[in-house]
Amino acid sequence: MTNSIEVKDLTLNFGSVSVLKNMNLNVAEGEFVVLLGPSGCGKSTLLNCLAGLLEITDGQIFIKGKNVTWAEPNERGIGMVFQSYALYPQMTVRGNLSFGLKNAKVPRDEIEKKVARAAEILQIGPLLDRKPAALSGGQRQRVAIGRALVRDVDVFLFDEPLSNLDAKLRSELRVEIKRLHAQLKNTMVYVTHDQIEALTLADRIAVMRGGIIQQLAAPQEIYNRPANLFVAGFIGSPSMNFLHGATIDGGQAFQLGDLKLALAGYEGGIVGARDKVILGLRPEHLVVQDGAEPGVTIPAMVELDEPMGADSLVWLQAAGTQMSVRVPVERRMAPGTKVHLKVDMSKASLFDAGSEVRI
Amino acid sequence: MVDATAVLTRTDAEPRGTKPKRALSGRNIMIYGTLFVFSLYYLLPLWVMVMTSLKGMPEIRMGNIFAPPVEITFEPWVKAWSQACTGLNCDGLSRGFWNSVRILIPSVILSIVVASVNGYALTFWKFKGSDIFFTILIFGAFIPYQVMLYPIVILLREMGLYGSLWGLVLVHTIFGMPILTLLFRNYFSTIPEELFKAARVDGAGFWSIYAKILMPMSLPIFVVAIILQVTGIWNDFLFGVVYTKPDLYPMTVQLNNIVNSVQGVKEYNVNMAATLLTGLVPLFIYFVSGKLFVRGIAAGAVKG
Repeated sequence: MTNSIEVKDLTLNFGSVSVLKNMNLNVAEGEFVVLLGPSGCGKSTLLNCLAGLLEITDGQIFIKGKNVTWAEPNERGIGMVFQSYALYPQMTVRGNLSFGLKNAKVPRDEIEKKVARAAEILQIGPLLDRKPAALSGGQRQRVAIGRALVRDVDVFLFDEPLSNLDAKLRSELRVEIKRLHAQLKNTMVYVTHDQIEALTLADRIAVMRGGIIQQLAAPQEIYNRPANLFVAGFIGSPSMNFLHGATIDGGQAFQLGDLKLALAGYEGGIVGARDKVILGLRPEHLVVQDGAEPGVTIPAMVELDEPMGADSLVWLQAAGTQMSVRVPVERRMAPGTKVHLKVDMSKASLFDAGSEVRI
Repeated sequence: MVDATAVLTRTDAEPRGTKPKRALSGRNIMIYGTLFVFSLYYLLPLWVMVMTSLKGMPEIRMGNIFAPPVEITFEPWVKAWSQACTGLNCDGLSRGFWNSVRILIPSVILSIVVASVNGYALTFWKFKGSDIFFTILIFGAFIPYQVMLYPIVILLREMGLYGSLWGLVLVHTIFGMPILTLLFRNYFSTIPEELFKAARVDGAGFWSIYAKILMPMSLPIFVVAIILQVTGIWNDFLFGVVYTKPDLYPMTVQLNNIVNSVQGVKEYNVNMAATLLTGLVPLFIYFVSGKLFVRGIAAGAVKG
C-alpha cells in the first residue's frame, strides 16, 4: 500500500521548548489514523504541521509522495476541520463552502456542482442560504466538514472536531464521520483526547506523550497489548489496575507480598526472574468469585459498588492497593464483603518497573 | 378538612410574582434630581450660545444672556459662515470648513487603513520581534506631542511637505497610529485563531484574509476608529496651526482667529455662531453613531 502521509524525522521547537521530537509517521492511503494523548502532548501541533499552519524546525513531510515541507496549506491537498468549527460568520453556508474554491479560481458552475454534491453527502442542502449563527452545533460541524469535502482533498485533518458538542450529538457525528470515511475512502488524521472516539474511529491509533509517539497500532492491539505503562494507563476507563511486584521461579510466577500468581498463559511467554515488575490487569478481565484458587486468585474486600447501567464497577482493597473490577449489574456487593478475584493471565500485561516497557 | 377559600386568601396576601416598585421612592428622587441638576449644568452654556447667536448686537448689549431672543435673526450665522474676517480674508468660516474636510478625509482613511493592517499583522502574522514592535508603538502614545513638534517641522520641510495639507495628513496619520493599532489589535485578538487557520487552508493570502474574512467581521471597531479619528482630527488645533499656512488653516484655527481678532467691535453673536458651526461635525458624528460607538468600544475592550 502506498503512503498518503509520510513524516520523516519531524522536529519542532518553540524557542528552547521541544514540542515534537524526531517524529516519524506513515499513514497509508485511505487509512484513518487517530492521534490520541493528554493535553500538551503535541497532537494538535503535529496536525498543524501537517496542515502547514506551523513552520517546522527540522524534518520532512510528504503528502501523496510530494514533498510539502515548505508548501502553503492550500497547496498540500489537505482539508481541515476545527474544534470551534471556524466558519466565516458573515458568509452563508454556501459562501463558506465555496470560499476555498473561489480562491483556487474554480469556474463558477463547477463550484455550484461541488457545493451541491457536498451538501447532499452531508445532508445540509436546506441550510445552504443560512448564516452559521442560525445553525446548531452539529450542523455547523457538518458545514465545516463540507468545507474540506468540496475541495476534493486527499487528506482530511480533524482537530478535535467533536469536543464542542454535547454527548448525544458527539456520538451521532462520530458515527457519521465513520460512515463518511467508509464512503469517501480518504486518508484521515484525527486528533482527540477522547479515547472512545479513538477506539471507535481509528484504523490505527497513535498514542502520544511529550511530543513522542508512544505506540502506533490498531485499537485492539493498543487496548490489549499496550507497549508501555503510559499507554496502558491512558487507554481504558476506568484505568488498568497496576500491581507492583516481582517475578520469581525463573519467571513462572508473579509475587507481591503473600500473593503469588502463576504466569502460565501470559502471552509474552517466559519473562525470566525480575526484581521489579508491574502487573497490569484490566477491570473487565477480572472475575469476582467466592472461593480462593491458589495461584490464580487475589483475595479482596469490597469497598464501593458503582452501578453504571449496563454493568457495575466495584472498587476493592486487594494486594495492598485499590483495584476496580467490572461485574454484571445484577451482582450487588455490600461494602466489607470478602471475595476473590480470578486473574485471566492471558489478557494481562507485564511491564518492567524501571523502563516501563512491556515485557 | 382544610377550608379552601381560607387557604386562597392567605396565599394571596403573601408576596408572589413581580415585586411592586414605587415610582416616587426616596432613592428615585435622589437619582433623577441629581441627573437633572447635572444636565442643567451641562446644557446651560449651550443654551446661552444658541440664544446669543440668534440675537442682534443691540439685544446682546442689554445684558440678559439667558433670555431667548425677542427678535430671531440668522444674520450672525450667515456672517460667521461667509463674511467673518481673519486677517485679509473675509470669506468667513467656510474656507476653514473646506480645509478641514480636505484634511479630515484622507487622514481618517489613511490612518485607519494602515492601523487596521498593523493590528491584523500583529495579531495573526506574528514575526520575530513583533511584540517589541508593538510595545514601542504603544510607547509612542505616551510621548507628549510638544516634544515632537519641532522635529516634525524639520522632517516635513526636508520632505517638501511643510505647510501643505498632505504634510498635516501625514502627521495625523502618524499620531493616530499607536491608539488605533492598539484598538484594532485588541479587537482582532478576540477573533478565534482557528478562523484564520481555516482561511489559510482555504487558500486565502494575507490581503484576502484581511479583506474578505476580517473586515466584514469588524464593522463595529471600524466605526469606533472612524469616530475617534473624525472627532480627534476635526478638533485638532495644535497641528493645524503649526504645520499649515494661513490659507490652509483648518476650521478650529480659523475659529480662534475670528473670535480673537482685536479690531472693531466684539460680535458675540457671530462668535457664538462660528463656534457652534465648528462643533457641528463632531456633534453630528456622536448623535448618528452613539450606539455603534458604545458597542464597538465594548468589543475592543474585551481583551487587553
